Order: sequence, then structure tokens, then C-alpha cells
Amino acid sequence: MYKLEARNVNLYYGEKHALKNIGIGIEPNTVTAFIGPSGCGKSTFLRCFNRMNDLIDNVKITGDILIDGRNVYKSKIDVDEHRKKIGMVFQKPNPFPKSIYENVIYGLRINGVKDKAILDERVERSLKQAALWDEVKDDLKKSALSLSGGQQQRLCIARAMAVEPSVILMDEPASALDPISTSKIEELIYELKSKYTIVIVTHNMQQAARISDKTAFFYLGELIEYTETPKMFTNPDKEQTQNYITGRFG
Amino acid sequence: MVKVKEKAIEGFLIFCSLLTVLTTLGIILVLASETITFFKEVSIIEFFTGTEWTPLFANKKFGILPLVCGTLLTTLIAISVALPLGLTIAIYLNEYAHQKFTAIVKPLLEILAAVPTVVYGFFALTFVTPLLQSFIPNLSGFNALSAGLVMGVMIIPYISSLSEDALRAVPKSLREAAYGMGSTKLQTAFRVMVPAASSGIVVSVILAISRAIGETMIVAVAAGQEPKFTFNPLTSVETITTYIVQVSMGDVPQNSLEYRTIFSAGMALFIFTFLLNNISFWIKKKFQQRYE
Repeated sequence: MYKLEARNVNLYYGEKHALKNIGIGIEPNTVTAFIGPSGCGKSTFLRCFNRMNDLIDNVKITGDILIDGRNVYKSKIDVDEHRKKIGMVFQKPNPFPKSIYENVIYGLRINGVKDKAILDERVERSLKQAALWDEVKDDLKKSALSLSGGQQQRLCIARAMAVEPSVILMDEPASALDPISTSKIEELIYELKSKYTIVIVTHNMQQAARISDKTAFFYLGELIEYTETPKMFTNPDKEQTQNYITGRFG
Repeated sequence: MVKVKEKAIEGFLIFCSLLTVLTTLGIILVLASETITFFKEVSIIEFFTGTEWTPLFANKKFGILPLVCGTLLTTLIAISVALPLGLTIAIYLNEYAHQKFTAIVKPLLEILAAVPTVVYGFFALTFVTPLLQSFIPNLSGFNALSAGLVMGVMIIPYISSLSEDALRAVPKSLREAAYGMGSTKLQTAFRVMVPAASSGIVVSVILAISRAIGETMIVAVAAGQEPKFTFNPLTSVETITTYIVQVSMGDVPQNSLEYRTIFSAGMALFIFTFLLNNISFWIKKKFQQRYE
């Protein structure tokens, strides 16, 4: 069974038809990259999986989005509970204006976890998973905003992982970072694959090629091609894909 | 020719800005010089520690504490109305309400601050006080409670509007982070948005306090004119501002000691609001979160 699945998904921003009949199936414990030029709908589509588009007025979605076989738009789910099961990392690092420690355990706090031992243990584990532990372990009470951009982004990843979701959605997580931080995040994504299903939106095609198992190419709201990453970058079926990855447009 | 015109305009602009600065300086100077003269006759220690204020009686006492007490009491009541209501409104408008609703309601709320304060005063005296008296029989006709409550309503928009601005200025990415973690609206509002906007919210509260301290008409009309060293909201009190009104309108001879009490009370008031404004400025500068 697919971990994440979309069937005939259409999305409208008011009159604008932003996603057109998208269907995709994502296997568990894989990394899937969404690529395509700006405005092609890849971020919008990513945000369908945890219903972040609900926050925008005037959005209408038809079709089915399934997670573990459950339809997240049709069945009567609690949206907040649903989002807890899906971690999300955004384009710009967005730690809360709290300490490093409080940032990591934010998800546990809103779930009402109070046991200090559990919280401490989870902070250490999450920060280690996010490869940030060694850099911050001596000063967990420091404000998260005092960290560098790359550290903040890894903190956001730790924050997302602390609640042990099964899926992590990443919306261009490295686009605001320098090359060293980027490579750290990429290594991290590669390691996290064994535990999580990861979907990453990226503008950087080398990045998609390096870290993903499968790649989906979006153009003007349509899913043009979805296939194994090596095939996508060496021998794509569609001419549009070929043109995009060779840099002829986009 | 163009250059001369340019210079002339520049000169005019400098003149305008100097005019306001000089006016402020002039006011401070007059206040200070009259206050100094006042303290030649009255001991500073009595002024700050005395618990009786009877400059217009035969037996003159110059302890400003009763006036400070009245001012603080009415302000405290006002803030305990305006802070919870104003903050709730700000959070509702920012997190729950539709954008269109906010766009209509916010200016409507701001009308509250535009109602002439004398109207509020009579509203407190002729409507709120009788209403309260039906619940609290021993409430006197002039009292700190109804004046404070009505003043609280008046300063709601200071808190609601400025706090809403502060909440709105929190980057969208933080809200997304909160919702992405599965927070409910309430959790997003109180755990993320309010802490992130805290400096702006504190500043809005301080401005509201400073407005309440300086408010004159409501307390002059509804709170009475009896300087009392008390924190009982059911009796009549006199604030610093009310005292100044009372003496300014009365027939106190110029350059008398009674006349100078206006300036010393005015100076005390000025120092109060000046300090508060500076604190808010300092908080804004020091605690404003930088998200870049």
C-alpha cells in the first residue's frame, strides 16, 4: 500500500485552476522529490497532504488525498490531530521565539506531555537525529533565534521529528542556506529515510538527483512525469521533462 | 532661483519642527520653574509622603499621595477592563475572524477612542453609576469604580488595535510552523503569536495606561473631587488631573501658593506619563524580535 496517495486532485485559488488532475502514489520509507519551475504548483500540492492550504481563504480542492489509505479531506478527521502525524519543514527556517529546548518539545507540550525525563530524552534524540546536538548541547536554554540559518533549519527538522511523525514534508528546506548547511541537510534527509517517508520540494535539480528515489516533475499545475530518479535525469519519457532538466526553460 | 526656493522651504520645515520642540521645552520650563518656587514654601518630603491634600482649606496640607492614589485606582480599574477585553479582541480579529470582518470591525472599534471624553463622563455618571448602584447599594454617587470602568472601555481600542497590529506583524512563517505542528487555533494564538508579539503588546498596554493616567474629563465628571488616601473603588476619589481642573476653574488668585499647586501636580503627572512613554520606547527597542 502507498504511504501517500493522491487521486484526481484539482485545486482552485478562486478562479485560478492551480492543480490539474494530479495522481501520484508514494511508497513508505522513500524520498520523493517534486521539481518544476516556480508557480508550477509543487508547493501547493505538497501542502495538500497536511491540509496547510486550509489556512488560505478561497481555496477549493476536489479529488482524494490518502495517507495510509485514509482520505484526509473526506473522512471526518480532526485537522490538528492529522497535522501532528505529518512533520513539515518550510523554506525559511521558522523557529519559535523560544529557547532551543522549548522549540524541540513544542509538539510534545501541545500534546500535554509534562514528564521532564521524557522531554529531556526526546530533545537529545531529536537534536542528534537532526545532527545539531553537538553544536547546541551545552546551551539548550539559548534563544533559537541566536542560531545560524543552517542551525535554525536543522532545529526545525528536529522540532518536526520530535513528535515522531511517519511522514516529513519539506518545502525547499535548503533554498535559503549556504552550501555547507545544504549538504548537512541533504545527508540528514538521506539518513532519515529509514524511519520516515519524505517528500521534498526543490528548485535544485542536482539536489533532487542526489537525494531522492523518485522524482515528480510539475509544470503549470500538471504532473508531467513521475518516475525513478535515475531514469528521470538520464532518460525521461516526456520531452518537456527533458527540456526542463537540461535547463532549456524554467 | 530654484536653490533659493529650496533653501526657503528647508528653513520653513526646520522652523515647524523646532516650533513643536520649543513648545514642549517651554511647557517643561514653566512647569519646572513654578514647581521650584512651590517647593521653596512646601517641603518635598511632605509633598511625597503626606497623606492629606487640602491646599484649598484653612489648614493646608500638601501630601500628593491621595491624588496619586486616586489616579492609580482609576487607572488600575480601567486597565483591568481594557487589557483582557482588548487582548481578546486582538486575538480574535487576528486568528479567528475573517479578514473582511477585521477590516470592518477594527475601524469601528477605534471610534471608541474618538468619542468625546466628556460624553463618557456623563455616561459614567448618569448611566453606569445608577446601574451599579442597583447591585452595590452603598456605592456613592461619585465613585472611582464607574469612572474606571468607563475609562477602561475608552482605552480598549488602544490595546486591541495596537496589539492586533503587533500580532499581524508576526511573520506568516511562524503561524505556519505552529499549524504545521498540529496546534489548534488557541494554541497557535497563545503559545506562538502572543509571545512573538509580546513587545508590541506590552507597548500597547503602556500607552493605554499612560492615556488613562492623563485622562481628565471622565474622572472629573464621574469620580468626584475628594482627595482620599484610599484604594476603595466605591467611594469618590480625586485624580491629579481632576484636581488641576478643579483649581484652574476656581477662583484661586494667581501666583498664590494654591495656584502653584497646579504646577506641582502637573509636574508629577508629567513625570508619570513621561516615564511610561520612555519605558514603552525602551521595551520596543530592546525586545523587538528580529526575524531575518
